[in-house]
Amino acid sequence: MAKTPVVFILNGNERASFAEPGQNLLEFLRRGVGDLSPKYGCGQGTCGSCTVTIDGQTHLACLTLAESVAGRRVETAAGLATGATLHPLQDAFMESFAAQCGYCTPGMLVSAKALLDRNPSPTREDVVEAISGNICRCTGYEPIIEAVLAASKRRVRA
Amino acid sequence: MIQSVETHATMADAQRAMAADAIFMAGGTLVMRDVNAGVTAKRIVRCTDPALSDIRLTGDGVTIGAGVTMATIVSHRDVAFLAPVARMVGGPQIRNMATVGGNLFAAHPYGDFAVALLALGARVTVAGQTGAARPLPDMLRDRSRAPLIVSVTVPRPQAPADFAFLKVSRIKPKGVSVLSIAAHLPRQGGRIRGARVAFGGMGPMPLQASAVERVLDGQSLDAATIARAAQVAAEGFDPPTDGLASAWYRREVAGVHLKRLLERMGRG
Repeated sequence: MAKTPVVFILNGNERASFAEPGQNLLEFLRRGVGDLSPKYGCGQGTCGSCTVTIDGQTHLACLTLAESVAGRRVETAAGLATGATLHPLQDAFMESFAAQCGYCTPGMLVSAKALLDRNPSPTREDVVEAISGNICRCTGYEPIIEAVLAASKRRVRA
Repeated sequence: MIQSVETHATMADAQRAMAADAIFMAGGTLVMRDVNAGVTAKRIVRCTDPALSDIRLTGDGVTIGAGVTMATIVSHRDVAFLAPVARMVGGPQIRNMATVGGNLFAAHPYGDFAVALLALGARVTVAGQTGAARPLPDMLRDRSRAPLIVSVTVPRPQAPADFAFLKVSRIKPKGVSVLSIAAHLPRQGGRIRGARVAFGGMGPMPLQASAVERVLDGQSLDAATIARAAQVAAEGFDPPTDGLASAWYRREVAGVHLKRLLERMGRG
């Protein structure tokens, strides 16, 4: 079975690897490219822990054909921090105790960032809608919602 | 196991590549689940024709490319009447991926958008087709043998209040449907003319509720008419029993939810 070379932009840097026929983007990122931030939860598009953005739009990596990202911009939670400086969302998640076991956190962060990028001052309702495709079994969601709202206020001020 | 992924520039080429060992992939939200589980065809066929993402006004209708996503439906002004339906499909990530064409092939408990299209009297254009678009029910009757869909042409409701959609799910705000109902009730002088009501989750595919349509036609949407429509809501259906609900439950509540939908439409 022939592998397909895939050249794409991951968190701002050009990357290249080979995709197996039918390989999903999640496996491709984790095994092929070495970005372990998107998580494998359900493998069927239900849990949202593999959420990444493709050209700025949130997608489920487990349901995305790896080779379809050729030439496109993929962003994951690994691209949020700049060096040792955390993204305001990451700071807010820590301060609000929005991560407990942490497995959903990378996907939550990507969904939240996509929201703030298109809507810097979301309402609570907007936040709930934006993370409605991400399941968290620890926090009961409230600390996550609070964290996203706190980060948006911080960003608007800054 | 997938052995090859074949990407074509036109749907006519993609259609020619289809065979018993191939599956067509659009947004991937249905097909990739099977691919991940290792239970699918040997070949994936894709199409990159940008025309698949077009939305065009056509006379008193709108033609929606099969590759248009639910997220685009939510935000595009020419299909505003369908936005409330698309908003009920999946979560944000799914809406960014899932397509109009794919929804026509989505087995229960998915496929709510197709229910709305059925109630609106949509027609489908298939790959390589010349001539008029085909009625959606013909395509839905045997989806496993349906050819590739290029676009869907949907008549626009004359008044926004003539069309309404309701999805019943146990999980809010994002959950699959126990059942869904779409109703298009054009009114002339207060009387319903040409009622079309469709159910999802009441059979193996989105189905028209002809008994309900017969009750509504020629009537005004008053309490007595709504009560009679609710009474016959489950008539002619053989709903499934699954992890979400039993067939008995679906038959029991179909009328309750239809009543709520019609009352909402009656209030305008």
